[in-house]
Amino acid sequence: MKALWKKMIVAVTAMFLLMPMAAFAAGGGGAGIVIVADTRKLSGLMAWWSNMYNESHLYFTLLTIIIIPTVGVIFGVLADIVMHFIGIDLKHRDLAEH
Amino acid sequence: MDWLYILMPISGVTIFWPGLIILGVGVGIIGGFFGMGGAWMVTPGLNILGFPMAFAIGTDIAHMAGKSLISTMRHGKFGNVDYKLGLIMIVGTVAGFEVGAQMIMWLERLGSVDKVVRYIYLVLLAFIAWMVFHDVAKRRAKQRAAAAAGQEVDKLATGIEWHKTLHKIKIPPMVHLNVAGIYCSAWLPIFVSFLTGWLAGILGIGGGLIRMPALIYLMGCPTHVAVGTDLFEVMISGLYGAGSYTYKGRTELVAAIIMLIGAAMGAQVGSVATKYIKGYGIRIAFGLAVIGCIISIILKLIPNYFPEAKAATDIMATWLINGLVVALSAYITVKMVQGAKREIAAKKARG
Repeated sequence: MKALWKKMIVAVTAMFLLMPMAAFAAGGGGAGIVIVADTRKLSGLMAWWSNMYNESHLYFTLLTIIIIPTVGVIFGVLADIVMHFIGIDLKHRDLAEH
Repeated sequence: MDWLYILMPISGVTIFWPGLIILGVGVGIIGGFFGMGGAWMVTPGLNILGFPMAFAIGTDIAHMAGKSLISTMRHGKFGNVDYKLGLIMIVGTVAGFEVGAQMIMWLERLGSVDKVVRYIYLVLLAFIAWMVFHDVAKRRAKQRAAAAAGQEVDKLATGIEWHKTLHKIKIPPMVHLNVAGIYCSAWLPIFVSFLTGWLAGILGIGGGLIRMPALIYLMGCPTHVAVGTDLFEVMISGLYGAGSYTYKGRTELVAAIIMLIGAAMGAQVGSVATKYIKGYGIRIAFGLAVIGCIISIILKLIPNYFPEAKAATDIMATWLINGLVVALSAYITVKMVQGAKREIAAKKARG
């Protein structure tokens, strides 16, 4: 009997906890489209990345807006090194006209 | 040949990754040279490679932020970026963009707005193209008149001089924009950026295509400074846009980074090419790009009247944009290589 009561309490608690999520999942009026990344065919870094997308768009966004400029700066500096090696002056522009 | 394809982790589509690099190189060159994001070229390109439209826009904006950063770094070293002007303009751009976007939502509630937006875009681009070639023609007339009088036209002379009239407005506070060489009311850049931001908001574009000529013809910026300062603006708005689209789950960072590999090279070529091409050379090439854009929009409007022509006009628009990207990139690259060769040879001759 005790075990049955325990199971019932767990089931009722779970229902109350999960009901709002079930309602959200059911979509209500005007709910936005939720895109979920399919991680089944992915592994390693790619799987980690798409899991993060599924779990938190906030962390996903924060990392994206950190990674984009960082990659930009790295590529910019690398290109600087290449241009210097070729012998192009990167600090002066002689043409002074409209 | 499976290794040439990569599975995108978020959108779940398989993409030909060398295509992303090639696209990145092309728009990197054009963006670094003209000072714009180039969304009108990239978004259809990504769509052709297989991205759903929603992901194409978000991915384009994310790569645009990184690419503009690279170009801004380069232009900054050449002294082409007026950071003070850029920062003042951000205020007007953001406010104008929000007003424009709200206005479009209001218009959408009234009825179909897509066609109206395309027509406004078309008229605006036609005006920009006219402005560029009218300016070029007027400057050439000045050159001919000076040559007839046995003189040489001033290097800083321009064809259209609307900015001189606008600079006469002396509403305080006045600002010195040293890099651009402008002394004007602070309200002028705020007004110009509000106007261009408002138009960009209405048209749903980044705005570089409008802001670059506005900086030249309304603010009176030298062409190179207009290009550099516009890229600074594109970089900031691109980061904001990337954050916004990514939060909505519409950015494929892996694709953006692959594109950045190409765009990093392209942006360098485009930015360095401005060192070797005169301001009016940049204006003429920009005018031609705008004409290409006009034709592609006309091709997209034709099916509204002749629905049976849709398949043909879509193919033509795609080939036109691709052809334009290839032709402009090739022209800019050739000019950059020629200029670099001359510079290196001159250095060697000096010892």
